[in-house]
Amino acid sequence: MSAIYILWLRELKRYVRSHAQIVASLGQPMLYLLVLGFGLSPVFKRAGYGDYLQFVAPGVIGMSVLFSSIFSGLGLLWDRQFGFLKETLVAPVSRLQIMIGRTLGGATVAVIQGLLVTVISMIAGFRPAHLINVPLALGFMVAIAIVFSALGVAIGSSLQDMQGFQLIMNFLVMPIYFLSGAMFPLVGLGPVLTFVTHLDPLAYGIDGMRAMLLGQSAFNPLVDLAVLAAVGAVLLAVGAYRFSKIEI
Amino acid sequence: MICVRNLAKSFGSFTAVNDVSFEVAEGEIFAFLGPNGAGKTTTIKMLTTLLHPTSGSIQLDGLDPSTHQNEARKRFGIVFQDPSLDGDLTAWENMEVHGVLYHVPRKVGRARSEELLKLFELWDRRNEQVKKFSGGMKRRLEIARGFLHTPKILFLDEPTLGLDPQSRNQLWSHVKRVNESERVTVFLTTHYMDEADRVAHRIGVIDHGKLIAQGTPQAIKEQTGTASLEDAFLALTGSTIRDESASPTDQIRQFAKMWSGGRR
Repeated sequence: MSAIYILWLRELKRYVRSHAQIVASLGQPMLYLLVLGFGLSPVFKRAGYGDYLQFVAPGVIGMSVLFSSIFSGLGLLWDRQFGFLKETLVAPVSRLQIMIGRTLGGATVAVIQGLLVTVISMIAGFRPAHLINVPLALGFMVAIAIVFSALGVAIGSSLQDMQGFQLIMNFLVMPIYFLSGAMFPLVGLGPVLTFVTHLDPLAYGIDGMRAMLLGQSAFNPLVDLAVLAAVGAVLLAVGAYRFSKIEI
Repeated sequence: MICVRNLAKSFGSFTAVNDVSFEVAEGEIFAFLGPNGAGKTTTIKMLTTLLHPTSGSIQLDGLDPSTHQNEARKRFGIVFQDPSLDGDLTAWENMEVHGVLYHVPRKVGRARSEELLKLFELWDRRNEQVKKFSGGMKRRLEIARGFLHTPKILFLDEPTLGLDPQSRNQLWSHVKRVNESERVTVFLTTHYMDEADRVAHRIGVIDHGKLIAQGTPQAIKEQTGTASLEDAFLALTGSTIRDESASPTDQIRQFAKMWSGGRR
């Protein structure tokens, strides 16, 4: 247990100490939020969907949680290259504990990042419709963070060096984001896009957050939760398995 | 304490370690010598559960590290050849993490950390992030960390690489001290033959993945008819220089240096 705690704490300390990184990682969500949020607002309103900023804010929050948690999992690659991974792998602690400590640490960092973006979007004018449901939205944020931290660890355990990184970004992380309905409503899409968006776990996370914060959703929030829990369990198992197979 | 039988490890068609057998008795200091790329680090990785052998068997204190990983890990400590510190954490935090991972009781861990950081003259800088340390200081911290828990077997993979003579002396006298007072078995590699001659009870020489000589320093010198261990080593392994190609790790370190300006 104490091993999980110390590795969790390590991730947090590293996050808090990387000031430049915190600021940098807020840049992209702010672009989406402010430029798209205000830029697409008139069109969105004319289409009869209401205020775009309100709509896109949960999506941007979800995006920052997604990026942050995947990156923390890929931090494994850095630890591999800079050697700290070895230090944990020869310790008399089961790999499962190490993996859980890392994943929880990464997920916690991602949730903090998500909360920062929430605050920024509220400053920009985002207003949750149901304040009572905000803790439930936080629950969805945690679920997203755990799902994608586990995915990050699974990928990070399987890559030997950073060469695969761009590949992962362009063919996995960006599609997960774009297909999640973070930026457009998942209603009235063509059959192909409908099918693909339904395969994207982030779609259920963002839908759940939207259901809690705005009271509008494409799926049933309970379905959202069930899908996230199932995918999370599978990815945690895969991540733990891949992590246990690491050889240096 | 360490018993290795017909150990082999291949990566694809390349055989890094080829049919190596040796034994290290409890309380013995064993130096594993060889030119670059001879198979020293690969052997240590197999002994310390980081790699699975292709064939052959290993026993550490009677345990097979590939089947009883955690039990085996409890018995050894290791100082790696390349860095394994967390640069974002302070020296003290690096010690703390190590203590927790090795189940060192908190109080004992704190006392020992203080003692070791003082011994290796890092105490005044304990609250600084490790990434700000010089190469020698990082090395000293790795060594201090390796001594934090009291293992039965201590692996030292080129521990003196990049250390000044003062720190080298400090290290070897500490190694001898724990070896004598706590009967810690030591398995070390080094490129400094005088160190091996001075510290080790027995020596094994590995080249091209094969163990080509083993015995006391005296016996090896007699066997080759040479006066110093350095000459004996050259007589055994020849005088051609070995090149290792850069591993992905080296490549990425360069890449990282280029881009991050030493972020870690």
